[in-house]
Amino acid sequence: MPARTLRRRAPGLVLIAAAALYSVVPLLSMVSAALAPQGSFPSGLSWPTHPHWHNFVDAWNVANITTLLKSSTLIVLGVVPVAVLISTMAAYAIAVLEIPLGRIFYTVLVLTLTLPYEIVIVPLYEQSKAMGLLGSQWALILPLIGLNMPFAVFWMRAHFANVPKELNEAAGMDGAGPWRALVHIHLPLARPAIASLALLMFLSTWNQFLLALVLIDDPDKRTMAGALQAFTTKYSTDQVLLNAGALLIMAPTILVFLFLQRHFVKALLQGSVKG
Amino acid sequence: MVGLFAAQDAQQHAPGEFALLPHGLAHGGEVGQLGHRVVVAADDGEVVGDAQAGAAQSADGAQGDLVGVGVDGGGGLGLAEEEGTTASRSRARRALRTRRWAGWLFALPALAFYGVFNFRPVLMSIQYSFYDWDGVGASTWVGLKNYTEVFTDHEQLSSLLHAFYLIVFFTVLPLVLALITASVLRELQGRLTGALARTLLFLPQIIPGAAAGVAWTWMYSDNGVVNQFLRAVGLGSLARPWLADFTWALTAVGFIGTWLSTGLCTMLLLAGIGKIDGSLYEAARIDGAGPLRQFRAVTLPGLRNEIGVCVTITIIAALASFDVVYLSTQGGPGTQTMVPGVAVYNLAFNDSRLGAASALAVVLTLIVIAVIAPLQRLFREK
Repeated sequence: MPARTLRRRAPGLVLIAAAALYSVVPLLSMVSAALAPQGSFPSGLSWPTHPHWHNFVDAWNVANITTLLKSSTLIVLGVVPVAVLISTMAAYAIAVLEIPLGRIFYTVLVLTLTLPYEIVIVPLYEQSKAMGLLGSQWALILPLIGLNMPFAVFWMRAHFANVPKELNEAAGMDGAGPWRALVHIHLPLARPAIASLALLMFLSTWNQFLLALVLIDDPDKRTMAGALQAFTTKYSTDQVLLNAGALLIMAPTILVFLFLQRHFVKALLQGSVKG
Repeated sequence: MVGLFAAQDAQQHAPGEFALLPHGLAHGGEVGQLGHRVVVAADDGEVVGDAQAGAAQSADGAQGDLVGVGVDGGGGLGLAEEEGTTASRSRARRALRTRRWAGWLFALPALAFYGVFNFRPVLMSIQYSFYDWDGVGASTWVGLKNYTEVFTDHEQLSSLLHAFYLIVFFTVLPLVLALITASVLRELQGRLTGALARTLLFLPQIIPGAAAGVAWTWMYSDNGVVNQFLRAVGLGSLARPWLADFTWALTAVGFIGTWLSTGLCTMLLLAGIGKIDGSLYEAARIDGAGPLRQFRAVTLPGLRNEIGVCVTITIIAALASFDVVYLSTQGGPGTQTMVPGVAVYNLAFNDSRLGAASALAVVLTLIVIAVIAPLQRLFREK
């Protein structure tokens, strides 16, 4: 029986292994290049017999990773909590409080959900210049909050629309005002939705490239992704340092993902158990 | 963005399936970093249904001090009328209306940020597109000149054509690969392999697109993995610096998109295929349907939603691509890999032609809408 199961599963296993391999080969290739001796010309994928781990320390310094980490963290902390809070409040107002004209507001938000960033970069640049924000992290933080609104409100409204209406009635009976009803009744229920939204926004903010490139001149004040461009221009000839630096720049999101992956799997399992 | 549909999906089911929501959300984890947003046309039927339910409940609660459940239209109040005196009724109505408007205090911050940093810039772009402006001096009204340039200037026009070519690699190829993988893996429910595969397949979605550009520049370089592989299998004569090759550069860039999209689509379809009722396959088997028939009759219709998400996200990623192209080729060699995103950036920030850049951005946006809107309808109909 196990042999038969194995035979039935073999094509699937081979396929998934191939797909997974395809996903990681570019990253492995970067690691192999990053571990080669500096100044050498590494080849695509080779087993590093004498791995030069010190390359990462050098890349850390030349790529200014410490500064970039601080800058990216600042931007994320400026964007995500505010965006989560105000989008949750707005979605609550639209879906639960059913504010007048709320559906029109929501429809406009949804209609702009699909617009590519290309359509806002030029005016945002001019606007930031006029506001005197250009070159500081604020030039990125404020627009990103605004640009996140369509998706965030959409996401949270989808959650609130799912909450049984009886909950509001219960809150009303208890004489709770809309603010207390939100904080004490709706927010605890919305925690999974909010956590996923926050994670999504963390990723899109941290990885933001186009806006960071346009709105912040100083690479040291950009997101880590935005700083990649300056770094690659500077070290385009040094494959070893370039790959080591690029790996360091993408490491934080990968680490956060690996860490939170467990939370997601857990949430998923709990969800199916309850369902 | 994946979650958009997943969440909507959950929405369509009754409250009993409420617990499924986190499931949908969990698969949304890879969406944001595409940096683009997906439209999901408001489902009118559902919204209306909501409003009616809300109104009905308000009717019950109008006398009780029901907080927050507003009444749309007079339906709910009409019922309350029968029981209250005229005075208390109008007082209650006034109080209710005030409360409903007061609810806007919750929505105002979002409205302000959205208005200033999203809605206004969109309108400004449209305005700019009718002017000649270098961002410093005076601007001159030029009517549709910038738009005619979009369709006559070689660089701009070819960038639009390239964007459509990229759809083959960002959308079609990943979808086909994902469908194959998902249907073969349907019965594979191993927990360990599943978790490991999920992690690895998600990786391309987690790293910044810009970093993917760097990774693949290295893959495609003279002594990168691609050429190394070709030489190893005896096809060394084909080896070349792919991103610098006039014939192959755009295709090479396209395959970066395939790499970015395939894992995401596979995971999406795998999640979707798990939700298909197993008895459907059983029934198809009993009817004598082979694997191909089962795929056509059960798998494809069952995955309609997920395929819609995958197609929508990846088409937007293809049409509005910037990060990957900017870091791998910057549109070169020549204009062989020029895409609208990079062209807009160059026009605005290298050539200081804000009007022309805006016109191209507006055209790109209209194209995105024109492509996505019919797809939404196609994948949503039952």
